[in-house]
Amino acid sequence: MAYNIYLCGVGGQGIGILAATLAQAAAKAGLEVRACDTHGLAQRGGVVSSHIRLGADALTPLVPEGGADLVLALERLEALRGAAQFLKKGGKVVYYDTAYQPVSVRRGQAQYPSEEEVARQVAALGGEAAAVRLAEIQDPRMQNSALLGRLAALKAVPGLEAAVIEETLKEILPPAALEENLRIFRAAK
Amino acid sequence: MRSLADLMTEKEGFSALVMGNHALARAMAEAGTAVATSYPGSPTPEIAEALLAPAGKDQPVHFEFAVNEKVALEIAAGAALNGHPSAVFFKSVGLNVAADSLIQLPLMELPGGMVIILGDDPGANSSQNEQDNRWFARMAYLPVFEPASPAETHAMYKEAAALARARRAPVFLRLTTHVCHARETVQFGPLPASARDWTPRFDAKAGPYVPIAATVFPLKKRALEKLDAWAAYGETSPLNTVYKAAAPGAKKLGAIAAGLPALCLLEAVRSAGAPVDVLKLGLSYPLPEQLLADFLAAHDEVYVFEELDRVTEGELKALAYDRGLACRLHARRGHAELMGEMTPERARACLAGPWPELFPGAAPRKAAEPAPRLPQMCPGCGHRSAFHAIKKALPPGAITVGDIGCHSLGFMPPYDMGEVLFSMGHSVSTASGLALHNDARKVVAFVGDSTFFHAAMPGVVNAASRDSDITLVLLDNGTTAMTGHQPRPGNGEIGDRIALPEMLKNLGVKFLRECDAYDQPKLAAHLKEAMEHKGFAIVIARHPCMLKFMRDRRRANPGLKPQHVAVDQAKCARHYTCAADFACPSFIRHADGSVTVNTELCIGDGSCIQTCPAQAIGREK
Repeated sequence: MAYNIYLCGVGGQGIGILAATLAQAAAKAGLEVRACDTHGLAQRGGVVSSHIRLGADALTPLVPEGGADLVLALERLEALRGAAQFLKKGGKVVYYDTAYQPVSVRRGQAQYPSEEEVARQVAALGGEAAAVRLAEIQDPRMQNSALLGRLAALKAVPGLEAAVIEETLKEILPPAALEENLRIFRAAK
Repeated sequence: MRSLADLMTEKEGFSALVMGNHALARAMAEAGTAVATSYPGSPTPEIAEALLAPAGKDQPVHFEFAVNEKVALEIAAGAALNGHPSAVFFKSVGLNVAADSLIQLPLMELPGGMVIILGDDPGANSSQNEQDNRWFARMAYLPVFEPASPAETHAMYKEAAALARARRAPVFLRLTTHVCHARETVQFGPLPASARDWTPRFDAKAGPYVPIAATVFPLKKRALEKLDAWAAYGETSPLNTVYKAAAPGAKKLGAIAAGLPALCLLEAVRSAGAPVDVLKLGLSYPLPEQLLADFLAAHDEVYVFEELDRVTEGELKALAYDRGLACRLHARRGHAELMGEMTPERARACLAGPWPELFPGAAPRKAAEPAPRLPQMCPGCGHRSAFHAIKKALPPGAITVGDIGCHSLGFMPPYDMGEVLFSMGHSVSTASGLALHNDARKVVAFVGDSTFFHAAMPGVVNAASRDSDITLVLLDNGTTAMTGHQPRPGNGEIGDRIALPEMLKNLGVKFLRECDAYDQPKLAAHLKEAMEHKGFAIVIARHPCMLKFMRDRRRANPGLKPQHVAVDQAKCARHYTCAADFACPSFIRHADGSVTVNTELCIGDGSCIQTCPAQAIGREK
């Protein structure tokens, strides 16, 4: 069976580079990769997602609904949404715990979930949630590296070691941002 | 990992994990494509991103963004007339814009050969519809190559380009969103060793190239003959392949599909262990009739699995009827199965229709629906400031007409600006129609600057010459923002700057005002004056795209300290104008009723400061 990763967040958070790093690391680790980004209108502050499927059984790049072994989210509400739609029973949710309120919440028409609410709902789906939060991240786009760091520490993806992810970060990130990203990657463990 | 520039310029073959669009750009280089053109539109812009990645002189393909899809197609066709292999790419609905010239191309001899790359968008991920461009192929006598993955995109482009050149013809390469944006490992080949020959070889004698009465029929005859030749190619091409089921069942079952839906079908069949043979069409039009007839004859039942419209289904049924084949043909039923993108789960559900015992249903999932998150304008966006001011300035009953671009998002709450939208550049003319014999309701249209040049100019000329009683607000952010900041004519990135006010005056526009979109009082005053003016009026609301502006600033100054605004909690009277009406995403409305600023999102533009009735927003100290 393919190992399915569903990545999600809010447009502008840099999910593209997160997905590219993870997919590239998996390929480097010798896994067969099919992946897919979603683009377009949603880039403007809407929901963005990316799919990674590992293993020869996956002929198509999109993770089936209710079929994700891992939901990787860059934002708390999106972690909940991603889990509700994609998490497989027994799967894991790893998310960076930042909050971007959608307009419905800012207009007082909807509630924003608490960290406990996310844990409770993920448990009700038969999964397990882990929130990542680091105090000392200057550039919010570097939250990606914290998420990858925790993912590596949890050994969540079978066959994917921290060292390979770190090596891939070194290849992908611009030199000016590399050192700080690596610090965050290691600190998030 | 290779940079995009290296992906395009590496002389020898290699393998790499890449997205479909990037694989396609490399395929152009390997195929010796001389000229490629485009107008940006999802899901295709990353093809251009790769083509433009190497420094100018190292770019293996001459690439140009054009002002719209029709212009792009004509430039590529002109290059092909000169004997240069060419390609053009754009999004699904771009074909509507290009159609007037496209429809003529298959009638012509194109010595360079030309690949017309379509980015169709099943699921309407980033388009105003999910039109099925396979229909166009039938109308224009064009063959359709349909790759299912990045590796197939790479291979099929090269095959299509070589055949197009050999047959002096245009071809369609039809991609869909999740072929363009899929990633997998692709084996690339070497780049051609020989230098490009730019000799202009256009020869009118190779025509006729002017389709008037006497020449139309010989041209049409030649186009139909070429279509027959494509059908013959499809009979034996390995692009059309049968994947036999692991073990046959009691009944002989089969299914037919093309493109990514064929892989969905195959995944559904394999995961269910169902005894269904799958015929995957790589060349989906014209149909290889003998191959298909043989497949139908060898099976008791065949499912015709398509995405979007029922295009191939009818043709296959006609074929079965003509040949008196007893095979039972199944296909999708009900409107729901004709809509949206196909996935392996949806394939499974479709196949469960006729074959429920082979594809037993999965239990439906139950999960609470979290708060929706709709796309919105970015922090600091000039359109937000403009819409906030305009909404307050409009009289009751006013009709607002939107257009395509980031400002389309204004139709959603809390702005509700731009209540009708058809296509690129429609707004000014649709507004002109809404204003006919209408003294009761003011009509205001919006258009962005890239869309203005793309397709709104004829509408502006028309409105100016008729002096239509409408107000057009030209939201000028200086770029093609929605698709990723591609240059547009006149913004100084290609050729000279075009001064919009002078240009509009020369087109006959008599009432013209302009201001910065952040200057809300001035914009509101201009709008009121424009609406009072009897006749055509234009207000230019200008502000650079702040997403691009901030990116450029960060690039120039990596250590840039972000500035923010802050809410003075002592002054805040909880009107929620900032969070709910102006609705910048940077405001956080807490459960206790207080409002603060999300410093991860705020760019410190300050366009919100003027909107607070309690003057509680200020720059962070």
